Amino acid sequence: MDVLEKLTILTDAAKYDAACTSSGGNRASKKGYIGNTSSSVAGCCHSFSADGRCVTLLKVLMTNCCVFDCKYCVNRRSNDTRRAAFTPQELADLTISFYRRNYIEGLFLSSGVLRSPDHTTELMIKALRILREEYRFNGYIHAKAIPGTAPELVEQLGFLADRMSVNIELPSEAGLRALAPDKTKQAILAPMRQIQTRGRQSKEELVKYRHAPKFAPAGQSTQLIVGATADSDFHILRLTQGLYDRYRLKRVFYSAYVPVVEHALLPSKDVKPPLLREHRLYQADWLLRFYGFRAEELLDEQHPDFNPLVDPKCSWALAHLDFFPVEVNTADYEALLRVPGIGVTSAKRILTARRAGRLRVEDLRKMGVVMKRAQYFLTASGRQAEGLLFTPDSLLRNLTAAERPLLPGAEPVQLSLFDIPAPV
Amino acid sequence: MTEMVYYYDGSFEGFLCCIFDSYANKEVLTAIYRDEDLVPTLFASRSIPTDRDHASRVYRKIVKCSPYTAELLRKGFLTCLPDKELYLYRLVVKLLREGPGFLRNFSDETLYPVLRAVRHLNGEAHLLKGFVRFSDLGGVLGGEIEPKNRVLPLLRSHFCARYQGEKFFLYDRTHREALFYANGKAVIQPLEHFQMAPPDEAEAHYRLLWKRFYDTIVIQERYNPKCRRTNMPKRYWNTMTEFQDEAYFRAQSSPAGVGAPGVPAGISAPGTRPGPGPSAPGSEI
Repeated sequence: MDVLEKLTILTDAAKYDAACTSSGGNRASKKGYIGNTSSSVAGCCHSFSADGRCVTLLKVLMTNCCVFDCKYCVNRRSNDTRRAAFTPQELADLTISFYRRNYIEGLFLSSGVLRSPDHTTELMIKALRILREEYRFNGYIHAKAIPGTAPELVEQLGFLADRMSVNIELPSEAGLRALAPDKTKQAILAPMRQIQTRGRQSKEELVKYRHAPKFAPAGQSTQLIVGATADSDFHILRLTQGLYDRYRLKRVFYSAYVPVVEHALLPSKDVKPPLLREHRLYQADWLLRFYGFRAEELLDEQHPDFNPLVDPKCSWALAHLDFFPVEVNTADYEALLRVPGIGVTSAKRILTARRAGRLRVEDLRKMGVVMKRAQYFLTASGRQAEGLLFTPDSLLRNLTAAERPLLPGAEPVQLSLFDIPAPV
Repeated sequence: MTEMVYYYDGSFEGFLCCIFDSYANKEVLTAIYRDEDLVPTLFASRSIPTDRDHASRVYRKIVKCSPYTAELLRKGFLTCLPDKELYLYRLVVKLLREGPGFLRNFSDETLYPVLRAVRHLNGEAHLLKGFVRFSDLGGVLGGEIEPKNRVLPLLRSHFCARYQGEKFFLYDRTHREALFYANGKAVIQPLEHFQMAPPDEAEAHYRLLWKRFYDTIVIQERYNPKCRRTNMPKRYWNTMTEFQDEAYFRAQSSPAGVGAPGVPAGISAPGTRPGPGPSAPGSEI
């Protein structure tokens, strides 16, 4: 089998992994080595595939042979699909050739479980060794730790990779038992804890010894499949919050479940992937990480799922109308961040700009505030936008209308003569 | 104060000299044009000779007042903002008249157009750091771009650091200039005509591998062309490997005996899934 064919099989098997980021690393170039990691906060996207997802790393599996039988997975033992495996040398060649041509930012290496988790991890380590030591590759590497691998091997992998990840896959233990019988919660959380502890130690060592080796300097991430089990958004969001708090993850990725196989325990094959739900979870994830929200503020037992009509921040704002309007000239940073339509960048710009003079409503748009949402929730120098009239009812309607064209899977609807929205 | 139109040679120093002369002659500028864009005008006009000494005096003064404005000036000069010289000139005039306080106000009518243009430039440079595609031409890496702004000065440090052991060049089709790098030295030079050399066997193979990777990584069930266009506008596609037609993937120096394969295996139009059959086994799930 030639490399082209292997690449096709192993890319196809790896594409359901959501993570494809090159952020978090900040390694300058070194003499005699090729490459560096992007100094930009957001990483560097090298292309976008036809589904709109960013392509930044060469995302492939070492092999798609697998001894596990996770029901939701294309690569499961009982699925009749073509199998292939890269040799460590082939993979290293491919990575370095793509990297030199600026096709990619680095390598994302995951794998099916060939023989045992330890054997597979050893193969991955071998490929990364060739890449780092023989080719002197200094770019980004994201390596996946396979649940059940010996801690010594995870440790070796961490010194070769920039970021590591262990996939949680299913948001609850019951889900794991039903759909991924070979994985246990313990086997997933153990390497995650190890990566966290080792990463912290490595940072402490670096303070003492300047040239101490770095363990996964870009931290770790994980991935959850959304929609394969009956877990609510509230459950998923609380789990996410716990992971950020207790395991210091850099990112939690959500992957809308794409039905690839028929199974009694899974949604049927003609169910569309829950893209809107995934979108809402990402929005809420950002609120947790950058906006100072807690999961309990966004959802609760009475409202366990996100409102499909408006985003989580608007939803929170509509439930807390007494908090608004916020006066942009005096409100503190935290209060500004609570206004729908104001983000981290525009909030910081407002803080800087109001030292130069009082802000007017007209100025806000130029600072990057999304006024079609924000106008209902703020005042500038005591005034709201010109001619703005609304009631709590029309507010929801306006916010929904503002977002609808941007949503995934939004179908264009023929306007009806008899369906004109009531004037506000 | 009389109103004047100035002509300069198109260089950054030349532009700084326009500022110098406008103060020296106590004239207010209503337009600043490059020498080659000579347009008939009703205003009195003057051609400004470039004097490095004057230019550096102006620049030093601006750095002293506000280093941030100096950066805006340098970057603003690279943007594709129409009449950028006039906007930048007005920014300097306001800075010298009022001091740097107004620079905090992002919605200031003198500052905002420049700020927006510079953001556009930075955004384009950031995208191109990823979208540039190099070809290995016998050990030298070569690439082409078609940006709206003059991004080469911004891309220089990025690519020189990343490929510090390599030799490479990057050609800007829009502004007809090229960045050359070899042995730790980089220069940006005007280059009127450029034609990329055809790929050899190995290069064509890697192009094909990348194209195949790109076509395979998409999840068909999530097909979302609008999202792709938002993140990667179509104007960049022209120079990207994954959107080229078949000829791009055919080695030119291949022996004639092998025979032209017609469509090399695995090539499909952008956005379509790879053809069915043994070449793309997993895509049929």
